[in-house]
Amino acid sequence: MKKSKSAYSEPSKIGKKEHHIIVIWVDNETGVLARVVGLFSGRGYNIDSLAVAEIDKKKHLSRITIVTIGTLEVIKQIKLQLKKLIPVHKVADFSRHDPNILFKELALFKIVASLKNQEKVKKICKKFNSVVLDKSKKSFVIQVTALRVEIDKLINNLKPLGLVSTSRTGAVAMTRGPEIFK
Amino acid sequence: MPKLFTGAEIVFKCLEDQNVDYIFGYPGGAVLPIYDELKNHKSIKHILARHEQGAGHAAEGYARSSGKPGILLVTSGPGATNAVTALADAYMDSVPLVCISGQVPTHLIGTDAFQECDTTGITRPCTKHNWLVKDANDLSEILHQAFEVATTGRPGPVLVDIPKDIQFNKGKYKFIKNKLTKKLNSRVSNKINPKDLDKFIDMMKKSSKPVFYTGGGVINSGPEASTLLRELVALTGFPITSTLQGLGAYPGDDPLFLGMLGMHGTYEANNAMHDCDLLINIGARFDDRITGKLDEFSPESKKIHIDIDPSSVGKNVKVDLAIISDVSNLLKNLIKRFKDKNKNFLNSNKQKTSNWWIQIDKWREKKSLNFINSEKTIKPQHAVQRLYELTKNKDTFITTEVGQHQMWAAQHYKFNKPNRWMTSGGLGTMGYGLPAAVGVQVAHPGKLVIDIAGEASVLMTIQEMSTAVQYRLPIKIFILNNEYMGMVRQWQELLHDKNYSESYSEALPDFVKLAEAYGCVGIRASKPSELDEKIKEMIDIDKPVIFDCVVDKEENCYPMIPSGKPHNQMLLGPQDEKEEVSDEGKTLV
Repeated sequence: MKKSKSAYSEPSKIGKKEHHIIVIWVDNETGVLARVVGLFSGRGYNIDSLAVAEIDKKKHLSRITIVTIGTLEVIKQIKLQLKKLIPVHKVADFSRHDPNILFKELALFKIVASLKNQEKVKKICKKFNSVVLDKSKKSFVIQVTALRVEIDKLINNLKPLGLVSTSRTGAVAMTRGPEIFK
Repeated sequence: MPKLFTGAEIVFKCLEDQNVDYIFGYPGGAVLPIYDELKNHKSIKHILARHEQGAGHAAEGYARSSGKPGILLVTSGPGATNAVTALADAYMDSVPLVCISGQVPTHLIGTDAFQECDTTGITRPCTKHNWLVKDANDLSEILHQAFEVATTGRPGPVLVDIPKDIQFNKGKYKFIKNKLTKKLNSRVSNKINPKDLDKFIDMMKKSSKPVFYTGGGVINSGPEASTLLRELVALTGFPITSTLQGLGAYPGDDPLFLGMLGMHGTYEANNAMHDCDLLINIGARFDDRITGKLDEFSPESKKIHIDIDPSSVGKNVKVDLAIISDVSNLLKNLIKRFKDKNKNFLNSNKQKTSNWWIQIDKWREKKSLNFINSEKTIKPQHAVQRLYELTKNKDTFITTEVGQHQMWAAQHYKFNKPNRWMTSGGLGTMGYGLPAAVGVQVAHPGKLVIDIAGEASVLMTIQEMSTAVQYRLPIKIFILNNEYMGMVRQWQELLHDKNYSESYSEALPDFVKLAEAYGCVGIRASKPSELDEKIKEMIDIDKPVIFDCVVDKEENCYPMIPSGKPHNQMLLGPQDEKEEVSDEGKTLV
């Protein structure tokens, strides 16, 4: 074993990293998003995607959904650290492979293409709850909702068919069945 | 219609209702309305520091020695940024501080106005919470909540940023206690699961090599926690070691006490941690200065962890039983349950742990805190030992700066009571000790308050001597002067081939003349023979004193766990240094 020369310890073995979806209910007040994302950047946690909006106007509650990657220890720390923030009400954590959880991401694609390619795009997008939001002779804007990996794939497939602009949200999540997270 | 008050009046009404008696601060443009109001509130005294960092550390010293929150009042911009080090320090060491900062008027926020900075943005990662007040009607509620956040759960600093127009505007005053309804900031219910207590007791009964590892959580839980801890240790007869921050919770001269553990802890404490079969952590956080190499930290032991902060549990070390609780509350319940069921525990247990104590005594025989004394030069350890011997019969309060002197103080000064030892452990802030001593003396008039300092650290906040003189605070600054940043020099000697890069101060003030310039007394000791007499002289002077103790320049601090090694591989002295160290480790410092 090599000898260390430092006054700090060396990193231990790192466990397997997993994708997790963290859902945070917060008071919708100034700076609350900065507190949450500042905690992630300050402690070296990852943010893959982020979705946030007010969900209760009366109580000023917002729901933040963050997709993150980390070892189980790190995920546990993320939850515990988030719970210490004053405006945070509750924190839920779901594994991406949890079958009881629904995940969805929304994307808008702008396609500039020949009519033939336009039809091809519409056909490809059909199984992702596609809606055409805008149309002109040369172009259209189409909305899809799907999983992150599906949208990744779609983007690759649509690029040769005239995809010129992409806009997508972070994932949002909800449990299946009548239960809600308490 | 309810009576309306200006924002500045509301600030003081809040402070009065929170029983604040001292504020540490420094005025400036954006807090002038609050300073203007000061004259109308005789029960609150303001201590004018010479730098906002000094005010912050003084507030910390006040808080840690009194158990009450420290109050800090600073202006916008540089006032707030100067306070950041103190806030970060308080955050790391769980010290309750309420910092009130002035801000430019609301309509100027975001325009890069004079002395404007994004105070809430800058202090967000180093406070438990902070607020920018936007309406004078919200002010009283925010301030009372600020006190609650700072003092409940794991204590820590908070900041309330008040724009100047809000200080003038009129608003309603409300005093609502315990506004926070939800489980907040690890504030936990008082209920402890009896099953956990039974498991705790069962683990203690099964253990033949137990050790208590206690920390600052015991101190933060109040003096009662220390009393209960002593009771529990007496009931079990288990050995006990303490972190840097926990010193004083258990008497330092008690035979069951193994001394401090960690990087510069005693040989017996660290070996006991490594070889034990039951490790009982009470109010400590498995900090990296304590654990050393995590993979090899206390490999054979079952571990119990008591902490008030849920995020401390399992952060660095996996434990077998975790109880989220305030220390006093836990100990009270535990002792009661333990006594009910185990009347003869101590006697039956003595046999079980007798081999363990024999082993511990073997480690003790190494006398790891020993050093080779000299008749020519003052050894710094000797200076601390003499200081201890000559002050131990008084109720003495010790603060320190950061470095070798801090470790020597922790090793050689034995504390018998909680709240007598104030040191910057987590952040490791050089310049902490002098202003902290100011705050301690404010809280404890008539008591002996000594800052054990290094000459490099103390120069970082030396201006606070003026504060001490102004308020007639007879603090004693005991400088172990070796002309080096000693701990830096030590690491350079051990890890960087004696390349003493920038760690020697070629120019230093004459501390005796400096003391005189500040209007206090300067004393110098450079020979071992004159040390005792001069220390006595220092103690007898009822004025602030700077004591320039000229010590051996190249003394190293031992024992030491080197470079990411486990607890059972300590260096005891220069003779152990020969081992070479790899390049890999260097990068990690």
